[in-house]
Amino acid sequence: MSRPASRRPEYHKINKDLFVLTYGALVAQLCKDYEKDEDVNKYLDKMGYGIGTRLVEDFLARSCVRRCHSYSEIADIIAQVAFKMYLGITPTVTCNNSSRNEFSLILDKNPMAEFVEELPAGRSSLCYCNLLCGIIRGALEMVHLPADVTFLQDRLKGDSVTEIGITFLKKQDEKKYRQKK
Amino acid sequence: MADSVLFEFLHTEMVAELWDHDPDSDPTPGGQKPSLSVLEGMGFRVGQALGERLPQDALALREELDALKFLCKDLWVAVFQKQVDGLRTNHQGTYVLQDNSFPLLLPMASGLQYQEEAAKFLAFPCGLLRGSLHTLGFRSLVTASVAALPACKFQVMIQKP
Repeated sequence: MSRPASRRPEYHKINKDLFVLTYGALVAQLCKDYEKDEDVNKYLDKMGYGIGTRLVEDFLARSCVRRCHSYSEIADIIAQVAFKMYLGITPTVTCNNSSRNEFSLILDKNPMAEFVEELPAGRSSLCYCNLLCGIIRGALEMVHLPADVTFLQDRLKGDSVTEIGITFLKKQDEKKYRQKK
Repeated sequence: MADSVLFEFLHTEMVAELWDHDPDSDPTPGGQKPSLSVLEGMGFRVGQALGERLPQDALALREELDALKFLCKDLWVAVFQKQVDGLRTNHQGTYVLQDNSFPLLLPMASGLQYQEEAAKFLAFPCGLLRGSLHTLGFRSLVTASVAALPACKFQVMIQKP
């Protein structure tokens, strides 16, 4: 073959697809192993948590984010830096309450569900991308920012957008909001 | 985009979790097999799907050896960002792919310390190879062995129809 293999654009796509396809195979396997949607969701969240606790190191090494002074800055970084870096999308961030510790990430497009048209029959409560919630929760916990992260809306369930809700749990002093270098 | 990182983290988590949670696992040596085959099966599904995304000229490969060479170069580069380091064959349907620095084994200490553990990390790639070959029109059996990390070998036996 005369063209160097790594330069072919198809291979870039294959690399992107590898994660999405593997994730799909994982969800399919879990659906075989667990009858109840809640169990699959819980398992995906748990796996995501494990990944998140390690992914945050990778993220901090690649991104060199500066100290954050508010939850809202952190939500922005998750959406504009982390999501962009790993999934190639930038969700919109909205703040849901006046105490400014509840945020939503609104995803128009969800690359992880790229090959999924609809949820399997009998799986209407499945949070297909629950791994994402676990990842965010695990990553935040590693930087001492415990949070609840759940899906509030899901395109796969018929909603118009996919919305991930992040609720930061502890109120921190202003000067304690920071990401580890 | 840091895609390969996401896949590596996901794969590591899958190996850890699927291994632990197998409800039928028992302490006898045979008890280990179910989880390996689950991982291999997942790799197979992904390999099939990836095979369908390969460039059209790949799908026209009819000769076994060409297909294997293609996997060693193009598929490996697409998935692991490197080529397989060596390919040997007995010209009778058996091929050995040698990778001296397999990316999924790199995070572990090199040498012999994690030789047994390494098998768990090779189940998915075996399935990946088997699935891609399947899409290219070849039925096969793929196994892997580790002498000293991070080097490993994949044995491919093409099954005659």
